[in-house]
Amino acid sequence: MSATTAPTPAPGPATAGTEADGVLEVRDLAKHFPKGDQDLVALREFSITVRPGQFLVLLGRSGCGKSTLLNLMAGLTRPTSGQILYRGSALTGPSTEIGYLTQHDTLMPWRDVTRNVEMPRELRGQDKRSRRQEAQRLIELVGLGGFEHHFPRELSGGMRRRASLARMLAADPETLLLDEPFGALDAQLRTELQGELLRLWQGTGRTVVFVTHDIEEALLLADRVVVLGPVGSVLLDVEVDLARPRDPDEVRVDPRFVALHKSLSAALKEGAR
Amino acid sequence: MTATTGAVAGAGAGTEAGAGGPLQVQAARGFRDKHGRTTTVWAWRTALLVALVAVWQVLSGPVLDPQYVSSPLGIWDRLADWVADGTLWTNTWITIQEIVLGFVLGAGAGAVLAYLIAPIRVVWTILDPYVMALYAIPKVALAPLFIVWFGIGTDMKVLLAAVSVFFLVFINTAAGVHQVDPALIDAVRLMNGSRRDIALKVVLPASMTGLLTGLRVSIPYALIGAVIGELVASNRGLGFLISDSSAKFDTDGVFATLLVLSAIAMVLNGLVGLIDARTSRWKPLDA
Ligand SMILES: Nc1ncnc2c1ncn2[C@@H]1O[C@H](COP(=O)(O)OP(=O)(O)OP(=O)(O)O)[C@@H](O)[C@H]1O
Ligand SMILES: [Mg+2]
Repeated sequence: MSATTAPTPAPGPATAGTEADGVLEVRDLAKHFPKGDQDLVALREFSITVRPGQFLVLLGRSGCGKSTLLNLMAGLTRPTSGQILYRGSALTGPSTEIGYLTQHDTLMPWRDVTRNVEMPRELRGQDKRSRRQEAQRLIELVGLGGFEHHFPRELSGGMRRRASLARMLAADPETLLLDEPFGALDAQLRTELQGELLRLWQGTGRTVVFVTHDIEEALLLADRVVVLGPVGSVLLDVEVDLARPRDPDEVRVDPRFVALHKSLSAALKEGAR
Repeated sequence: MTATTGAVAGAGAGTEAGAGGPLQVQAARGFRDKHGRTTTVWAWRTALLVALVAVWQVLSGPVLDPQYVSSPLGIWDRLADWVADGTLWTNTWITIQEIVLGFVLGAGAGAVLAYLIAPIRVVWTILDPYVMALYAIPKVALAPLFIVWFGIGTDMKVLLAAVSVFFLVFINTAAGVHQVDPALIDAVRLMNGSRRDIALKVVLPASMTGLLTGLRVSIPYALIGAVIGELVASNRGLGFLISDSSAKFDTDGVFATLLVLSAIAMVLNGLVGLIDARTSRWKPLDA
């Protein structure tokens, strides 16, 4: 699987040596979707290294390949060329260490909220009592207390989103891939859940890759923001050196925030052309 | 509309969900709200039936020839005779056995085969046109062949019922398997689920609607298959009772048997209703 793509300067199959190793290392990734006798190129020559414990936000306009990239990073789909290393070894399929909240909800419609949330632990073979307990805790965490026995179709879009988030957290992953997780929520709830997410991330060594359209959300959460252009070209890659905790109301008037906002917004506009 | 006051009164007992979720209150619905509609519907049904029977009885004789259209009282007398001498029960019991056996056999084989074949896409694609061709054969047309193969005993009727049921269950279950949302399968793959997990926790429940649709639509066909088998060649069963009565120009007997058949159909429909109630607990998200 590995080193067959020659031109890379001898990475070798196990790259434990390369310093400042990323949890996720993406090299020359390309993804084509066959369409008739043509190929639709969703991603081309994309490379990125996500450092352990980093909160990386991917910002990009609709259709630039963000979800395609996350699908590849989660091991759901295979790249057309290039490779992804997770903790130094090639990613060959989904792993329980990587949690992925997809853009569209995939709750099982025949399971109520509790049974959906406990599902990762059920597949792992955990006993009913302790997985129920954990599910209950997570349901409260995402503010769905009282809706344990509702079926997905009986929930609003934002509530389904939160149930999905709880389900992903039930697997207790080390690396979180989140595709526009808070898009469907109202501002209040969004702030609350952003806070929860930061709490889950800070001081736990977890790594987060977070996709959004929203520049402010990116700046509130990120250590590093990467702005993607068409077919996954990197338009801008900046470290966000704002002090944490970032109060949503105060940080907005921080001159550093304003400057970053300006450059990100300029990069996004550039990508539109 | 009286329910609104009840809802407000019950609001204090409601569970307040966090984060602006909907309020859940005990609904105070009275007898009229719950059963008013059903009562009206049933009242009309009864009235309609009584009216029809009355008109039939009045017209039969002076206007219509009872030799051809029978009459409610004639049917009643015939049923009473048959109940008294046991004809009705023996023949009904035989037909019911054929229906149930045929249904169980056909549905079982259809469901099992569908779950074995449908998930393997290539095999399904290869077999698909042949399945459809066989499905399209009118099952009555198989009766003569089945007589040659299995004789004119009960087997022939059971199998005729089973064949009709088989295709409906097979095709609907396979469609259910094929309509499983691949995103749900991906979700289980993300949880590191095995192929077994995918089969048992996604494909099976997701295709259950297809299987149940198959069961639902095929119940009447089990009845049709069994009765047709008896009509074609038999010396017992409700189908035989029809052909025997008509051979003797006994219209009362024909109508009496038809009445029993529709009673059986109604009971079967009731069973279907129970299946429906089981499945409507959840529905696909995009439905
Ligand atoms: N399964 C697929 N088959 C064919 N084309 C696809 C498929 N998935 C994505 N694409 C194409 O790849 C491109 C990138 O899609 P992708 O879903 O990654 O965009 P995105 O950046 O996530 O957009 P959004 O912000 O709207 O979610 C699009 O042009 C899309 O048409
Ligand atoms: Mg997307």
